[in-house]
Amino acid sequence: MTAKHKPRLAVWKFASCDGCQLSLLDCENELLAVTGQVEIAYFLEASRAVLEGPYDVSLVEGSITTAGDAERIREIRDASKFLIAIGACATAGGIQALRNFADVREFTTAVYAHPEYIDTLKRSSPIAEHVFVDFELRGCPINKYQLVEVINAYLHGRRPNIPTYSVCMECKLRGAPCVMVSAGIACLGPVTQAGCQALCPAYGRGCFGCYGPMETPNTAALTAWWREQLGMEPETIRRALRTYNAGSEAFRKESEVYEHAHD
Amino acid sequence: MSTLTTKTVRVDALARVEGEGAFHVKVKDGKVEEAELRIYEPPRFFEAFLRGRSYAEAPDITARICGICPVAYQMSAVHAMEEAFGVQVTGPLRELRRLLYCGEWIESHVLHAFLLHAPDFLGYADAIQMAGDHPDLVTQALRIKKAGNDIVALLGGREIHPINVRVGGFYHIPKRREWDKIVEELKWARDAMIELVRWTGQLPFPDFAQDYEFVALRHPDEYPFNEGRLVSNRGLDIPIAAFEEFMVEEHVAHSTALHAAIKGRAHYFVGPLARYSLNFDRLSPLAQATAQEAGLGTECRNPFQSIVVRSVETLYAIDEALRILADYPQPDAPCVPYTVQAGVGHGCTEAPRGILYHRYVLDEQGLIVAAQITPPTAQNQATIEADLRAFVEPRVHLPLNELTWQCEQAIRNYDPCISCSTHFLRVEMEKD
Repeated sequence: MTAKHKPRLAVWKFASCDGCQLSLLDCENELLAVTGQVEIAYFLEASRAVLEGPYDVSLVEGSITTAGDAERIREIRDASKFLIAIGACATAGGIQALRNFADVREFTTAVYAHPEYIDTLKRSSPIAEHVFVDFELRGCPINKYQLVEVINAYLHGRRPNIPTYSVCMECKLRGAPCVMVSAGIACLGPVTQAGCQALCPAYGRGCFGCYGPMETPNTAALTAWWREQLGMEPETIRRALRTYNAGSEAFRKESEVYEHAHD
Repeated sequence: MSTLTTKTVRVDALARVEGEGAFHVKVKDGKVEEAELRIYEPPRFFEAFLRGRSYAEAPDITARICGICPVAYQMSAVHAMEEAFGVQVTGPLRELRRLLYCGEWIESHVLHAFLLHAPDFLGYADAIQMAGDHPDLVTQALRIKKAGNDIVALLGGREIHPINVRVGGFYHIPKRREWDKIVEELKWARDAMIELVRWTGQLPFPDFAQDYEFVALRHPDEYPFNEGRLVSNRGLDIPIAAFEEFMVEEHVAHSTALHAAIKGRAHYFVGPLARYSLNFDRLSPLAQATAQEAGLGTECRNPFQSIVVRSVETLYAIDEALRILADYPQPDAPCVPYTVQAGVGHGCTEAPRGILYHRYVLDEQGLIVAAQITPPTAQNQATIEADLRAFVEPRVHLPLNELTWQCEQAIRNYDPCISCSTHFLRVEMEKD
């Protein structure tokens, strides 16, 4: 990437809420600095100017839920040097992956008057199930400072510095009391990847897993503790594991333990 | 493709809107045959997977419908649940909810008005290009937007998908001293916003006033955020629980699509223009005076002037946030107690783009049996298409690329949030 040619950044959207790409526009203090370093080649939420590929860095938001989108992500991969999946939809299938545990035809009938017109796949799947992904940035939504770090890293040819330890580490760093031990509030922090600065515990509520599973999480130990110490019902445990990262392997498998469990 | 007698304006991926949509206008012999705003966001089935979830999860889950206006989803959800449980959140907690909504209005309105909409008036592809020639405009707008986001980040925990909202109130109340910096920034923002309202007032607007039925909330003494009755300029005046009785999705002759309408009447229009025109007398004196300085009357029926109205509403939200913070109410507890019970709850609040309606049926454990969510852009779709039709007809002689850009601008007037509208998926069925 020479000084003559600014690297080209593209932002793509699949099934999602737009929040993760909005994180880029929410970098109010950094936005003009970032756009000084890169050429925005494709970012429909922000610009009507569209440049042809190839792209140096593609940020991909959203999950794959239609056959057309499964095709489109392959084209984007082909046109991109680095492809970075951003947010829980792109890295785990998002909240819409709750369909993966149900019958999507029944879902369609429940919501739409003309279900026969709806084009959708049975599952909502993460980008990495379809193409090679260079980096997965977690979060629902992503942390905008982590996003700037990842863009920076790829523009300068280094690995992003994104921790994979648990929310508990951030809780300790922040000096927040443990909500499970001190207040008996169920918290996914011990098995959830850091990135939010332990936001929920700092506000007195339990972590609900926006950043998905940490590296090698011990979900079984956590849910056993919930049952023994907090008396949580299997159904409540299952729901807690099935939110924005329900499609991640660790949360999905643990939630299935409580699928048909009874007290 | 264009010939002497037919012209097709087609934009397959509409830029500077939230979510993904397209539009398609077909003209034959100088008359518009079709004008369609097509939504191709894939469906995500929120109403389906909400069934069986706890009432307590609805604010966080429905926030994920839209990353641009998550607070609106959280507010409509908590109000619906509180109605079902027969509990009212009043006093300081109610004021703090209003403050949070001010933050969302500021960030969402400034994003749209100055980063997405203003480039159209000045002829730029985007705000980044615009920043090259108008750096002060863009940096000022970004700073005001940040002031709004700072409110949401402190009171909500973070800007996008805040974590601090719950049925009954909040999890945690920030201390007054934590607001000091934000108050200073808001004072700066209020002055800067007065300038920006004036700036929007002098933009060139095509003469395009339409005869709308406006629908918005109306409250006895406030500009509406969370509460009020649903009123219109043609006599509608109903409690929010009657929403589904009066608002219907109807088949129209020229299309297989469902269009939102007031029962027995035509389509209606929600959002900043409706709110402003129905509630001008509820704006703060500063917002009223600045609106009039910028050339607005007490109502506004030209969607191109929505950039002025959004700016006035932003000024109001800054003013209102400063009012609430001046007398920062410290509640006794972050949350009021309530008893979970079976029932039906309705919530309707003023999202930046207009009324957002939620209805939930709950069982005795507080699990959701049925959910209905009607976002503002879905309600506006019929109006947007009707306007597009009226807009194109006198302009069919324009070169195609010029007409296309003008149509894009016409659609951006409504700040359509397509991510929100996926419930309302339109399916194109063109038969030749």
